[in-house]
Amino acid sequence: MKLHFEVPGDDFTRAGEASGELKRKLKRLGFDPDVVRRAAIAMYEGEINMVIHAGGGVVDVEILPDKITIILTDYGPGIEDVDKAMQEGFSTAPDNIRMLGFGAGMGLPNIKKYTDTLNIKTEVGKGTVLTMTVLTNKQA
Amino acid sequence: MDRFFHSVTLDKDLCVGCTNCIKRCPTQAIRVRGGKAQIMPERCIDCGECVRVCPHHAKKARHDSLDMIKKYEYTVALPAPSLYGQFNRLDDIDYVLNGIKALGFDDIFEVSRAAEIISDATRRLLSDGKLKKPVISSACPAVVRLIRVRFPDLCENVLPLRSPMEVAAELAREQAVQKTGLPPESVGIFFLSPCAAKVTDVRVPIGIEKSNVDGVLAISDIYPRLVSYMNKLQNTEQLSHSGIIGVGWSSIGGEAAGLLNENNLSADGIENVIKVLEELEDEKLQDLDFIELNACAGGCVGGVFAAENGYVARARIQRLRKYLPVSCNRMEDVGGVAGLLWTQPLEYAPVMTLADNVEDAMRVMNKIDKMAERLPKLDCGSCGAPTCRALAEDIVRGLARETDCIFLMRRQIQDIVGGTQQQEG
Repeated sequence: MKLHFEVPGDDFTRAGEASGELKRKLKRLGFDPDVVRRAAIAMYEGEINMVIHAGGGVVDVEILPDKITIILTDYGPGIEDVDKAMQEGFSTAPDNIRMLGFGAGMGLPNIKKYTDTLNIKTEVGKGTVLTMTVLTNKQA
Repeated sequence: MDRFFHSVTLDKDLCVGCTNCIKRCPTQAIRVRGGKAQIMPERCIDCGECVRVCPHHAKKARHDSLDMIKKYEYTVALPAPSLYGQFNRLDDIDYVLNGIKALGFDDIFEVSRAAEIISDATRRLLSDGKLKKPVISSACPAVVRLIRVRFPDLCENVLPLRSPMEVAAELAREQAVQKTGLPPESVGIFFLSPCAAKVTDVRVPIGIEKSNVDGVLAISDIYPRLVSYMNKLQNTEQLSHSGIIGVGWSSIGGEAAGLLNENNLSADGIENVIKVLEELEDEKLQDLDFIELNACAGGCVGGVFAAENGYVARARIQRLRKYLPVSCNRMEDVGGVAGLLWTQPLEYAPVMTLADNVEDAMRVMNKIDKMAERLPKLDCGSCGAPTCRALAEDIVRGLARETDCIFLMRRQIQDIVGGTQQQEG
């Protein structure tokens, strides 16, 4: 089944709503708690990133019995140095966001940790597409 | 024993079929069908929200009656610490404890004593670092049941220790047997409870095979008689043997304070508890050591069997415990942590899943999504389900009909009327 979420970029307090909805759905579908957690957290991190850095975006999720694919698309500034962004602790988040406890530089590293595949397509000035999958028959 | 026993129950004669309880239930366990509320037993966590909110007093919480003590040769009452907050101008806990004996019990054993033992054991388990953090308190039976049905991923974080009530019951029975020489089954152990979920917890326990408590009496039920006995007391024997930490368990923050560690969070009220559990599930609270969650606002003092307003009771207890020692009971009193641990793990009960396998569940969810699109999304409750989405699910499962929605029905009638008018015109 397919899900589509619009993630608004102008209301930071609503960030995390879409991944919360995915979590509720996956639970009700009866996926293993570990799968639910990995998919929900990976999407949450991506969603927060889109709101902090890219002014929002859209998320498309495809749920299959053996695989959950999450595609986050934004038209933000793009990632200048993907390797750096993948390092734990590296962040370009502004101070006001860090005050809220975000911007620890764990977003992309956590996504990598919780997913089975991660593909980042990014172009500076154009935007970023994050495609991640969580396999449902494999324990983390 | 009935796996789906619940303290919370419905008096059909009093139920008028309004929407108050269905809207308030945290697990969406109630529907109004045929003009009467129905509780889905597999979803109910006995939190008591519906009991509190029902304006017609149709939702009730069952408990045992004081007459039950006649069945036993020797009886011990286990007063919950919240009991101490029910009395105006009380300055000595021994008045309450002596009053309980006057009520017909042979002895008392304060649950606050066992609470101090659990506090001590929790402190040591936390410092040993063997528990999965953040550790979630297992003291509130409604919260443990909520986690079991809604938060599969957090089952492992729940503190695997028996409740103060259970530890108190075991110690009380041991002491009674020693004192009287009676066989253990001749001793009746009765919990004086502010909490409906405890009634369920005794009948269908979690973490242990069988409860040591023989009956659960509601504080609100024994309160009038207890007060009259307390007023008649001539002199009191010293019975109280617990301190600030044990008595503090009666309200929210008390259990956490007993850990003597600032790295914790306390939340009360079922909606707030759910928000915290959701944050925990998203791993947003990983830095905390301990999470104390109470389903009732204010903590146990806010239970449905409490006689007094929970916040008033809390204020009284704060004053009452001011000159108590910090703590009077330690883990060594029960010979170490081993006897305090749960013997059975907390296991996820997937009562909310849509089907036995993911493929079927996806088909069902697709149907529910489609049906939900047709409903007005007003969540008015007139159909008897708490939300339009819940009705969509009930329709797909064959438990409700589309025409249960008054808006869909109105549209259908308008279509029919419109059709005939066109024919006439």
